[in-house]
Amino acid sequence: MEVNSLRDIVDDDDDDLERVSWSGEPVGSISWSIKETASGSTSSLDGRDSSLQKGSSSYAALPKQGSSYSLSSLFKGRNKLSSFQSLSDALTDTGVKNYAPELRRPRAEYKDYSSDWSPKDTVRRMQRGKVCSLERFRSLQDKLVLLDEAVSGHDGNVITAVLIFLKRTLRREILFRELEVRQVALCHLIHFLRETGEQKFLLDLLRFLDRTEEVALSQYREHLNIQDVEKRREFLKGCIGLPFSAEDTSHIQDHYTLLERQIIIEANDRHLEMAGQSELFRKYPRKASILNMPLVTTLFYSCFYHYTEAEGMFSSPTNLKKTFKIPDKQYVLTALAARAKLRAWGDVDALLTTKNWLGYTKKKAPIGFHRVVEILQRNNAPVQVLQEYVRLVEDVETRLNLATKYKCHDVVIETYRDLKDRVQLTAYKCKVERGSAEEEKIQSILSNMQIRWKN
Amino acid sequence: MALAGRRDAPEPPDFGILKRLARDQLVYLLEQLPGKKDLFIEADLMSPLDRIANVSILKHDVDKLYKVETRPGPGASDQFCFLVRPRVRTMRFIADIVNADKMSGRSRKYKIIFSPQKFYACEMILEEEGVFGDVTCDEWSFYLLPLDEDIISMELPEFFRDYFLEGDHRWINPVARALQLLNSLYGPFGKTYGIGRCAKMSYELWQDLEEESESEGQGRKPEIGHVFLMDRDTDYVTALCSQVVYEGLVDDTFRIKCGSVDFGPDVTSSDKSIKVLLNSQDKVFSQIRNEHFSSMFGFLSQKSRNLQAQYDRRRGMDIKQMKDFVSQELKGLKQEHRLLSLPLLEGFDIRESTSFIEEHIDRQVSPIESLRLMCLLSITENGLVPKDYRSLKTQYLQSYGPEHLLTFHNLKRIGLLMEQSAGETLTAVESKVSKLVTDRAAGKITDAFNSLARKSNFRAISKKLGLVCPRGELAGHSAHGAQSSA
Repeated sequence: MEVNSLRDIVDDDDDDLERVSWSGEPVGSISWSIKETASGSTSSLDGRDSSLQKGSSSYAALPKQGSSYSLSSLFKGRNKLSSFQSLSDALTDTGVKNYAPELRRPRAEYKDYSSDWSPKDTVRRMQRGKVCSLERFRSLQDKLVLLDEAVSGHDGNVITAVLIFLKRTLRREILFRELEVRQVALCHLIHFLRETGEQKFLLDLLRFLDRTEEVALSQYREHLNIQDVEKRREFLKGCIGLPFSAEDTSHIQDHYTLLERQIIIEANDRHLEMAGQSELFRKYPRKASILNMPLVTTLFYSCFYHYTEAEGMFSSPTNLKKTFKIPDKQYVLTALAARAKLRAWGDVDALLTTKNWLGYTKKKAPIGFHRVVEILQRNNAPVQVLQEYVRLVEDVETRLNLATKYKCHDVVIETYRDLKDRVQLTAYKCKVERGSAEEEKIQSILSNMQIRWKN
Repeated sequence: MALAGRRDAPEPPDFGILKRLARDQLVYLLEQLPGKKDLFIEADLMSPLDRIANVSILKHDVDKLYKVETRPGPGASDQFCFLVRPRVRTMRFIADIVNADKMSGRSRKYKIIFSPQKFYACEMILEEEGVFGDVTCDEWSFYLLPLDEDIISMELPEFFRDYFLEGDHRWINPVARALQLLNSLYGPFGKTYGIGRCAKMSYELWQDLEEESESEGQGRKPEIGHVFLMDRDTDYVTALCSQVVYEGLVDDTFRIKCGSVDFGPDVTSSDKSIKVLLNSQDKVFSQIRNEHFSSMFGFLSQKSRNLQAQYDRRRGMDIKQMKDFVSQELKGLKQEHRLLSLPLLEGFDIRESTSFIEEHIDRQVSPIESLRLMCLLSITENGLVPKDYRSLKTQYLQSYGPEHLLTFHNLKRIGLLMEQSAGETLTAVESKVSKLVTDRAAGKITDAFNSLARKSNFRAISKKLGLVCPRGELAGHSAHGAQSSA
């Protein structure tokens, strides 16, 4: 029961000090004031005692200003002051006890109620899982002592519990100000807010702390909760202006642009599929929608279904490359994988051929030819195609390994010949088919007198 | 790991007691709600529960078993029991059910069993949702699950993220209680050693709990002597490296959860998936688990000849299956591993490592693997060069999705993947050490690498401590501290 509720029993007064007159004198009256002055103001504590019937707290606390008539002091039984004496006499005399008989209960019985425990004890009890009412910690200082005790107790569950209480009983700016210098407690509150989804409170807190980048990130994170693509696109557009770092801003911009394009491509392609006119879509029906896929996946998709489209089209690979500044290496790798899957060996070849200014063509692979071979082999390219590129692998050992593995006989033969390794070449003869062109080739090389074999 | 088999080593303590205690307590708690009931279990708790109590134990009291997050059907029981971890999300799920029942006028009894304990935030949610008075709450103090003779797990996968990323100390109490439990059953412990902030806090809270409980020395011979408490973040490198022993590879490829692995139909080449328990009880597994994978083929071929006849098929994968697995699944991995370990761990040319990672990302091989590689590079090189950081980040976002912007920020916060600030490359001493490593035979992880990692870890730790405190005032402090101890 709070001090305030006793006003219902006693005459209400509009004095802003919590004073009750038990002897019946209206507070503010002259006789009352005289008693006030006479009694002095050092009768310890505490308006903290909100639980009247539970007795008063026993730990040291700030004395309340001039409140010798505070209820807790009445029931402490500390009859230091003469005028006090008269009040307690008045108590026994008057019918006050009829209003609140439990007020007269001996102090010993109050021990079971929580108000006896210090912040340290309260924290200890909470660590053991006991129920503890924190309501009595009303002054800011008490609240902070409680919080600091919780933090030094290391139990995050208790720290969070105290923060829940503080959040409920403190204006947020006050709470923020105090948490600014209490890192551990701050982390707990932030985590709690994230868990309970109190986005607005969290953002206010982060703004107060000037953690502008985190504000941006926390807001951006919300996009994951938006399932509808259109709404998500709108949301992402809004994220672009947020206080990210310069580099992150461009990532967010890209994210928005990518989704925007994907929505368009998806809509078009769905029509195409339904219409049933496109052979490509009929032969290779789409397994999933392109929405929310990463850029590289989108590129692969585009190289698969829209390879020959002009750069002006959003769905064309070249458009994607230009818009998102995809590096050559990535582009070739992805396009290669897509064309290989479609067994479009001609396209593969074109990708890897460059023409120099003289008009000569040269094969070039920004990703290394061993990679090219790997991709082609995974897509079951015929040996003749594979062989082309195995031949171009720069590292001799790798070339030999791959050629042997994939039975690109010509390449093996040529390589051994170039290495002038007669032993190996002879050994390889057993690996080729009897009477085949390869066997003949080996034979003719072996009998070539011009070659200066090293073994 | 299982003991290496030293003949003079004492027998490990019987950790079966832990299982029995947990099981008995659970049964007791379930019986507090007498009669038939439907049980909702949290996904994370299913495996541990399996290890402790056969579902059949629950059968006598439990009508239907649901997974938490599934709505009960219309024919559900009048009593609902929820076996859950203390999560806000789960509380909302439960509250939804209770409120839905209220709306439709259905009256039921609800009991929530929190494992390992209840959090105040959970009660707050229940109160907020207006269902606090409609449910009874209990705690199942299940702190420790023995996974093998010598491994006990707390089965709290969220611990890492909650503590190291969010800075939340909520699990320190359960850790302290687990220590207390072990101490009371197998102690009293001798000395306690520790590295790391969390270790210190857990220790202090544990000591507090011990003081209060007033248990005497018991005067019996302790089965556990000393305790070593180590924070995970003192050595991220070990956790990040691809594992090269058999058990590690199985984990990397298939995820060992709670001491067992699920093999899907594509591996078993049949219609069913099988779940295999992997521990020292499985004779073959216990012999090969710690073997380096390069020796696998030879070992298994030899073994199969000896054991084929005798091996008990019901125990788990038989030899043939294991051999097939090793030859098919691991072959591809083996190649990758050779390529992976060489540049990174041996501290070779950074450019080579960086371009290897670039390629890995470009090929969209695996989002986790790519991150692992980047983090390893960052830790061993004390952060990535800003140019590399930016370019790898861009490529990662392009390959695996733009939302991973958030992933990068988390990793930065926790110190796993960072940018170098000016003038922080490895010192001359450290490059000398790295040269030592390159002289050794390639392909296997060496002690020299470990010491290299530890040395640059010091730098990483001090830098990380500086970063963790947003105000930056500790930065000067911890750098000094690290230098003096280094």
